Amino acid sequence: MIQFQLNGKQVSANVRPGTTLLDFLRDKGYFSVKYGSDKGETGADTILVDGNMMNASLMLIHTVSGKNIETVESFAHGQDVHPLQDSFIEEGAIQCGYCTPGMVLAIESLAREKDNPNESDVKDVLAGVYCRCTGYVKPVKAAMNYLATGEPK
Amino acid sequence: MKIVGKKTRRVDGLSLAKGKAVFADDMPKKDYLYAKILHSPIAHGKIVSIDKSKALALDGIEIILTHEDFTPHYFTTAGQGYPEPSPRDTSMFNKTMRFVGDRVAVVAGESLEVVEEALALIDVEYEELPTIFDMGDSIDNDTVIHPGKDGFSFLHDASRNIAANISEELGDVQKGFNDSDYVFEGTYFTPYAQQCSIEPHITLTWLDENDRLIIRTATQVPYHVRRVVAEILDIPVGKIRVIKPRIGGGFGGKQEILNEEVCSAVTLNTGKPCRLEYTREEEFYAARSRHPQKVTYKIGLNKDLMMQSIDMEILQNCGGYGPHALTVMSVSASKTLALYRAPNVRIQANAVYTNLPPAGAYRGYGAPQGYFALESLMDEIAEQLNVDPIELRKKNYFREGEDVSIAKVLGEGREGFPVILQSNGIDACIDRGRELIDWDTLKNEKKSGIFRRGVGMATVAQASGIAGIDMGSVFIKMNEDGSFNLNMGATDLGTGSDTALAQIAAEVLDVPVDKMIVISSDTDTTPFDTGAYASSTTYVTGAAVKKAAEDVLSQILEQGKKLLEVDEATIENNQVVSTDGQSISYQDICTKSFYTDHQTQIQAVASKVSYDSPPPYNATFADVIVDTETGFVKVNKIVSITDSGQIINPQMSEGQAEGAIPQSLGMTLTEHMIFDDKGRPINTDFENYHIYTSIDMPEIIAEFVHTDEPTGPYGAKAVAEIPINGPAPAVANAIYNACGVRIRECPITPEKVLNGINQLPIK
Repeated sequence: MIQFQLNGKQVSANVRPGTTLLDFLRDKGYFSVKYGSDKGETGADTILVDGNMMNASLMLIHTVSGKNIETVESFAHGQDVHPLQDSFIEEGAIQCGYCTPGMVLAIESLAREKDNPNESDVKDVLAGVYCRCTGYVKPVKAAMNYLATGEPK
Repeated sequence: MKIVGKKTRRVDGLSLAKGKAVFADDMPKKDYLYAKILHSPIAHGKIVSIDKSKALALDGIEIILTHEDFTPHYFTTAGQGYPEPSPRDTSMFNKTMRFVGDRVAVVAGESLEVVEEALALIDVEYEELPTIFDMGDSIDNDTVIHPGKDGFSFLHDASRNIAANISEELGDVQKGFNDSDYVFEGTYFTPYAQQCSIEPHITLTWLDENDRLIIRTATQVPYHVRRVVAEILDIPVGKIRVIKPRIGGGFGGKQEILNEEVCSAVTLNTGKPCRLEYTREEEFYAARSRHPQKVTYKIGLNKDLMMQSIDMEILQNCGGYGPHALTVMSVSASKTLALYRAPNVRIQANAVYTNLPPAGAYRGYGAPQGYFALESLMDEIAEQLNVDPIELRKKNYFREGEDVSIAKVLGEGREGFPVILQSNGIDACIDRGRELIDWDTLKNEKKSGIFRRGVGMATVAQASGIAGIDMGSVFIKMNEDGSFNLNMGATDLGTGSDTALAQIAAEVLDVPVDKMIVISSDTDTTPFDTGAYASSTTYVTGAAVKKAAEDVLSQILEQGKKLLEVDEATIENNQVVSTDGQSISYQDICTKSFYTDHQTQIQAVASKVSYDSPPPYNATFADVIVDTETGFVKVNKIVSITDSGQIINPQMSEGQAEGAIPQSLGMTLTEHMIFDDKGRPINTDFENYHIYTSIDMPEIIAEFVHTDEPTGPYGAKAVAEIPINGPAPAVANAIYNACGVRIRECPITPEKVLNGINQLPIK
């Protein structure tokens, strides 16, 4: 039995050893965490573990005992939308949207970690989340607007 | 206009931002069978025997299907209109393996782990056959890749390994060359490149309570999936429902019936729901990619720089099978030959079989290959004649009112339709791009030192749907709160078409976009659409939306007049207003129409097929720095200026260009599927197949110039594909401007550049 925090709630998992966090989370209905590749390059499986960007497909469930896991499902409750998500919508930073949850988590981890991050910091964290639709132009702009004000412009 | 041409938030933006369960795989999967394909480890050979007993004996394995379980039925995996203009050369499971990755079997079981274990336990004995890997060796090779298939639909010449052929001539090309003052020729190559949608191919199938087959799949072509699966599995179309939820990118890769029929076969044979997802590795060798092409252009001009003759020759590698083989080449020709005017034009093209993975549709669909050749050669001509490359181009463009004669002979597998140009904004695109890239300064500055900066440009065209073939249809009905359901077969693959089409409807109906409830791409609940390809959705389906909305609007007006008991009225701000000052709101009109007065459902259907396909135009400029010691090319900036007629949604349109550019830069500089001497793929992950990431990106400026296309909805032309055509030749031209090295083969690797620098007479 493994216990950890998932989006602010204590959870207990009784799963086979060898289960990846990606499979566990998707099995539990956390569909914002997605498969993109087997080696984590795409970052479609991005989650925050104790605030750090990690690849859920590269983590076995038993390694997260006692840790704090966050997915995008914790960001918006009901009709409310997190200002970073709103900035993505407002700036047209979403096309297919498959990578959007990973990008949102990446930028949020940066926002928490660093004071006044600049565009180059944003590009650095987004290098861990591949997007084939946007060329990163509008996601970077959405991130900068959010980081500058905490609100979309 | 209130809504068209204005920024509008995506109708699906909120659910996507929140990571809601909107993609194909985002469903609870209790009781699902997990399926995986056993792929051929050899490039060419016959299956002698398959022993699946050990695999079947594993606990948890439900079914294994191979070619032995089906009567051969030949089809094409290309998701195209019917009859598909691609060779019908494949069956669900073939007995002959034609590339590493060809299908041997499908295994389905209760977990992925047990299925993977079973795959390793299937004993297959192969009789290997000689292989062809170089497309230059294919025609008339002793090895025939599809023997006995002569006469198969749309297969040109099986015994010569020619999947498809085009031979067309307008005027007399040889005479044109004889009469020309100058004749130039160049040969250019573009490689296998992968679409790399971040969501892989994924299909879920199950039987509903009435035993109908439900296919929930990441596809660009739900109606083609329904038709082809019905045909292959020999069940009525009416027994199948295809649902396309949100999909995680397509770029042409999902214009294919790739695994839907296999997953369906498992469900039909077991009665159980089934899930089949490709891994990233499988995406690289067992999905589709861009057709490699060797393109030779020969152009004859007179002293006044006017073109007299254009001769285009294409050799295209279609791999082991021929999906899209004919039509990709046809687009390479028709889209490039529609840019410049010449009285004599010839196209000779062959798509040949090899024992490499079959290629397919990839954004641009042949045009990027053709334009890399044409626009590289244009710069080479300008260089040799010592004329301005922009002036050379400007002298030769087709102009408004002119007949683009090539369009008529190069249709989609049949004769096409004439194109008389009614809008062409290429000059404005060039002028704006030239300014933004600082062309005149950077082009002419002296190049010296280790790091040399250069600029290059290219101009390109595309089309807006396939004339006379693409059809979109739409159903709109009114609700009593003044909202409208907009149901359409059109497929939003992340492009934002649901939003753009909602904008068109909202503009007509004079309501905010959030009054439109969009449901798209469900074969049970939305009317037919050929699907999302050929840059067709805004232009073709958009016109259907406009038509249906206009019908609904006139019904609202008529109903409003009846309810007000007046003869004359107009629509203003969601109300019908009579000349004598009475008014009735949309809500009241619909509510009374439902329940009390002149009862009816206000609703309309409309279909649109266009016999026009007006070309959008684009000028792309590149600013690069070449490291002359390592050959490394850094792209500083790309400026992409497009004429797409009236833009429906400016922000989303910019996004199309911003996304297309790094895809093209990948093909130009870093992306290349590599195979070993047995035809086995080498780089099947993103460590070794490098697509552009956020830190690789140059500065991008994507803008649009305004033209008004009279045949398009609100004056719109296509957006989605055209921005991918320009960056490759613009970068190649910029590299030449920077360091004097002309590379005619993508990807332009540091080795090739350095090699070129070392061969320069003066470095």
